[in-house]
Amino acid sequence: MLSIKNIHASVEGKQILNGINLEVKAGEVHAIMGPNGSGKSTLASILAGREDYEVTEGSVFFEGNDMLELSPEDRAREGLFLAFQYPVEIPGVSTTNFIKTALNEKRKYNGQEPLDAVSFLKMMKQKMQLVEIDKSLLTRSINEGFSGGEKKRNEIFQMAMLEPKLAILDETDSGLDIDALRIVANGVNKLRNENRAIIVITHYQRLLDYLQPDFVHVLVNGRIVRSGTKELALELEEKGYDFLKDELSLAEAL
Amino acid sequence: MDTIKTDYLKDKFNELQSSSADDVLSNIREEGFKNFNKVGLPAPHNEEWRLTGISNLFKKEYHLSELENTITIADIDTARLPGYENANELIFINGKFIPELSTIRSSENDCIVLPLEEAIKTEYKNLIDEHLNKSYRFIKDGIHALNTSFMHGGVFIYINKNKVLQHPFYLYHFADARNNHLLSQPRSLVYIDENAKGQLTEYYTTIGAMDSFTNEVMEIVVNTNAIAEYYKIQNDVANASQVTTTHIRQIGKSYTHAVTVSLNGGMIRNNMNVIMEKEGNEAHLYGLYLLKRKTHVDNHTLVDNTKPNCFSNEFYKGILDDNASGVFNGKIFVRQDAQKTNAYQSNKNILLSDDATINTKPQLEIFADDVKCSHGCTIGQLDEEALFYLRTRGISKELAQSMLLEAFAEDIVMQIKHEPLRKYVEELIVERLSIN
Ligand SMILES: Nc1ncnc2c1ncn2[C@@H]1O[C@H](COP(=O)(O)OP(=O)(O)O)[C@@H](O)[C@H]1O
Ligand SMILES: [Mg+2]
Repeated sequence: MLSIKNIHASVEGKQILNGINLEVKAGEVHAIMGPNGSGKSTLASILAGREDYEVTEGSVFFEGNDMLELSPEDRAREGLFLAFQYPVEIPGVSTTNFIKTALNEKRKYNGQEPLDAVSFLKMMKQKMQLVEIDKSLLTRSINEGFSGGEKKRNEIFQMAMLEPKLAILDETDSGLDIDALRIVANGVNKLRNENRAIIVITHYQRLLDYLQPDFVHVLVNGRIVRSGTKELALELEEKGYDFLKDELSLAEAL
Repeated sequence: MDTIKTDYLKDKFNELQSSSADDVLSNIREEGFKNFNKVGLPAPHNEEWRLTGISNLFKKEYHLSELENTITIADIDTARLPGYENANELIFINGKFIPELSTIRSSENDCIVLPLEEAIKTEYKNLIDEHLNKSYRFIKDGIHALNTSFMHGGVFIYINKNKVLQHPFYLYHFADARNNHLLSQPRSLVYIDENAKGQLTEYYTTIGAMDSFTNEVMEIVVNTNAIAEYYKIQNDVANASQVTTTHIRQIGKSYTHAVTVSLNGGMIRNNMNVIMEKEGNEAHLYGLYLLKRKTHVDNHTLVDNTKPNCFSNEFYKGILDDNASGVFNGKIFVRQDAQKTNAYQSNKNILLSDDATINTKPQLEIFADDVKCSHGCTIGQLDEEALFYLRTRGISKELAQSMLLEAFAEDIVMQIKHEPLRKYVEELIVERLSIN
């Protein structure tokens, strides 16, 4: 589904990603871990199409399409979704209207009729239950005055509504208390299926306990220095990143 | 180079004075013309007019058209604003109030609407004497004096005590610029008596391809416990310029709510003055300017706190594209007596083009010590983070842009309390901001 080959990227002349390779197949859940500043959000941003970042080398194919050629909106319409680490507040734009617009833009792109009001409301209701989000949040402006947890939940709600083929969750667990984490994780689990791939970026084992990823990758200094199964995450939890000393010094040297 | 041509005004003025009999208005005009000749048109070095070169507009001769009423009902129909079926509709043509074309739906019990010339012959004479042209004390510039010099065909609106009008006033200003450059100078005095509420909306329409210049003065007097709601919608053609002066005097503890929306036009200057003449007054002034091409809009506000415990809030927002230019100048006076004044002011702008400009300037002159005043202004571009966020959800860049701009504008549009008008403005804005 997603094929990342040797991605190098920089922002404002600063090299951040130094050759990332990653293959993700439908139905798989991949976790990306790594210290702060190692480039996880940068990778997510590049996949979503943020324009500040310059890809200097490498390629990204999504369902066979050269993804780097697509605008952010077309990537989304093709089935990519990014749950932001820091979702922005957008005063004056109602969450419900925004989601409806997004959904219909995607449908239009795929040659479908816009959803009528009744079907849309039905879908909203169903997905609201799925991710346990309160209706009152959705009548407000996008993320305006939301708590950290509410913002994250809103991201997962949007994912539920937009039904992406590939979802990237960037630290969706950070800043959540135990209850909120459980709700968000359950929501994500319910959204798992054999056609959908998920990449979770996280620092913590907590979320992975819920999600049980198929693969875990460790990103350091813009490179994936180790890949493994979910046991790798446990090992990291136990020993910290230091146990990857050799890989770290290798990455450092680059 | 064209130079300023104002000699013709003298002839027109003499013509007007010799043709009109009544003393009250005649004297006011005489005084006005004297002042006009003394101070002349605001020159570029006049600090208040530095960024709005009004004298350029006088490099040509204008007709000050007399009763050639060439505007037809069909013309008027094209300009009617939503909700007109329920409104008191006042028609002005070339600056003159035309009772025959106007429709007053409120009963005489509720309000009186008369041409100024007639009104001064009625029981309202003293009231008019007392209040007409009081704005002169605050506005010494020539453009105001010019309006006063030609004060005739104006309107007097009196809203009776305890009457909360169910019919809003719609004032339509038509300028017929089909054959000549036209200078129209509407003048009105509105008196909202104790416990009464009045709502006024002004709208401007130029017909024809010659230049129109509207130099308007409206004085609104708000008595104790009265509410003045005022809306101005400027969406005229590019050859239409205007200076509008809305001078609101809150002579009793009262409430003002005003929204100025500027969408299209040539050179526009809006003077919005609120004089707090009694303790405990409250005023809310809002403005939205969505400008493109070469439109210039200058919003000059003045809140003059002369008595204690007054509250004012000003919030003006603008989106400027192409070569458009804007000015926001917010003057707040807090006089020595005006302790416990609360005066807030905010001006936010988005520039969509490198050639668009905005000049924003708060001017606080505070002579009392126990006051709360704040002001702030921002000038920026669209929020790139927000734009990216919307796009990652599948919304096109253009649509995302218009969603964000609409949201920016909505803060002000929502302040239009009269629903048909608010919806109308909302539609105009959606149309303006939608993918172009
Ligand atoms: N827009 C930017 N401008 C400059 N530096 C940036 C920008 N975005 C990220 N960086 C830098 O790139 C590195 C990687 O950041 P990021 O991808 O956010 O890391 P992570 O998500 O793994 O914590 C950091 O050193 C960060 O400071
Ligand atoms: Mg990050």
